[in-house]
Amino acid sequence: MEIDPFIFRLSIFILSIFVGYYVVWSVTPSLHTPLMSVTNAISSVIIVGAIIAALSGSDGVVFSSSSVYGFLAIILAAVNIFGGFLVTQRMLAMYKKKKKDK
Amino acid sequence: MSANLSAILYLVSGVLFILALRGLSSPETSRQGNLFGIIGMVIAVTVTFLSVGNFSSGFIYVLIFLAIGGSIGAFIAYRIPMTAMPELVAGFHSLVGLAAVFVAISAFINPAAFNLGVPGDIKLASLIEMAIGAAVGAITFSGSVIAFLKLQGIMSGAPITFKGQHLLNALLLISIVILTIYLCSTQSSNLFWILIAVSFLIGFLIIIPIGGADMPVVISMLNSYSGWAAAGIGFTLENTALIITGALVGSSGAILSYIMCKGMNRSFFNVILGGFGATDQTSGSQNKEQRPVKSGNADDAAFLMKNASSVIIVPGYGMAVAQAQHALREMVDTLKKNDIKVSYAIHPVAGRMPGHMNVLLAEANVPYDEVFELEEINNDFANADVAFVIGANDVTNPVAKTDPQSPIYGMPVLDVEKCKSVLFVKRSLSPGYAGIDNDLFYKENTLMLFADAKKMTEDITKNL
Repeated sequence: MEIDPFIFRLSIFILSIFVGYYVVWSVTPSLHTPLMSVTNAISSVIIVGAIIAALSGSDGVVFSSSSVYGFLAIILAAVNIFGGFLVTQRMLAMYKKKKKDK
Repeated sequence: MSANLSAILYLVSGVLFILALRGLSSPETSRQGNLFGIIGMVIAVTVTFLSVGNFSSGFIYVLIFLAIGGSIGAFIAYRIPMTAMPELVAGFHSLVGLAAVFVAISAFINPAAFNLGVPGDIKLASLIEMAIGAAVGAITFSGSVIAFLKLQGIMSGAPITFKGQHLLNALLLISIVILTIYLCSTQSSNLFWILIAVSFLIGFLIIIPIGGADMPVVISMLNSYSGWAAAGIGFTLENTALIITGALVGSSGAILSYIMCKGMNRSFFNVILGGFGATDQTSGSQNKEQRPVKSGNADDAAFLMKNASSVIIVPGYGMAVAQAQHALREMVDTLKKNDIKVSYAIHPVAGRMPGHMNVLLAEANVPYDEVFELEEINNDFANADVAFVIGANDVTNPVAKTDPQSPIYGMPVLDVEKCKSVLFVKRSLSPGYAGIDNDLFYKENTLMLFADAKKMTEDITKNL
């Protein structure tokens, strides 16, 4: 009997939780705020679903009942992607080491 | 693009996201990590365009909407003051949640576009995943909106509690499970809408009883939820990048909530069930006898610090409110010119979100190797001459170590009282959010500086 592809996805999911667990514990506490903003940005990869939804309209019809939700989700996710990564960048740029030449 | 190739590229983008988080293990590698994250996102979006392969007029609209959202996001990212970071993160969480809801709705209306079957006959597993994604997304959305309103001060930060609250929440949660089961057997779109509505309501009800200072836990928790919502949608779309990311973000938020709860010595459920400030007010008002405090002015404080050889600064939420971080750094610069050793001590729950104080100090150009966590620096208080507490309160309260009756007993606190002298900048003697008196105020070696944190710091600098 063939293994349901769902099981593979579930395996990826479970293993990723463990990866996340160990990776996040190694994040230094002083970077917890950037951690939140960057996780925010990457969770907006949900835009993938939004794009598929937005392009789901049948020929010639751009805005169908289902694609409208896709377009709305694209705006929301895009705000998050750009906002999340840029604000993280801005924060991380501020973390400096002590200047030795003083 | 073939399905296999796109699946591999989604995997690549998932791995890049892991590296993005990995980079945050130290400030030096963090910028590179962020770059990995951006590349991962670009790959994921590009692959999606190529695999859908529909470059008709709809594609143009996608780009337009992407540009609209992107410019709003970029504008916010550049304009937002660092002190408003908790609000920003809460706001962003709500967007992820709502986006998850929208994608789930779209997949429910038009499952064929996602290869999930036809309306009225959606694959069972997909329907369950969709329902979970939509429900968690909706909870994330409404919960984050409330958190945002509380952090912004639009809504009172005080916990809002009423009779039967927990029972109501429990009933609503059960009803979500029942609705999902019925949804799966009937495929009724009405049930799907009700499910989303009930989830919105739950998110709202879960967050309103939680007080302002518990926000670090709430924000971390919502961070976690947004991840699980993304993972739910990832299963629906059979998309590896989304599944990996969802799991990463979900566990990240869960760990942060755990760290925050530990920082307050409270269990997660204790925080979620809410009403810390509300339940413990009695103990605060009992011993209201007037105890003498010593108060001083900027001149006294400057004198003490000038004669010190080492100073430890304890910042808290009050520093963020007063925007005093730049003034503080100027004061420290002056101290350093006088060869006084200065370090910063940060309690895990100082501020309104994990790492809040660190970001503010970094913004004020404080080098990160002068900033220490509680465990790293707590032993140094005994050898320090002056502790300068600016905007922190409960996290310095020695009662947490001495009085088992106290609501904050057992919470790890900074051993500020062990310093030779303590300077405590505060606007008044009012208790902190926990509603309890801080014993530190009445210690022999404590000098209270009643003023706005920023103004006081500036005045001290002038007097140094």
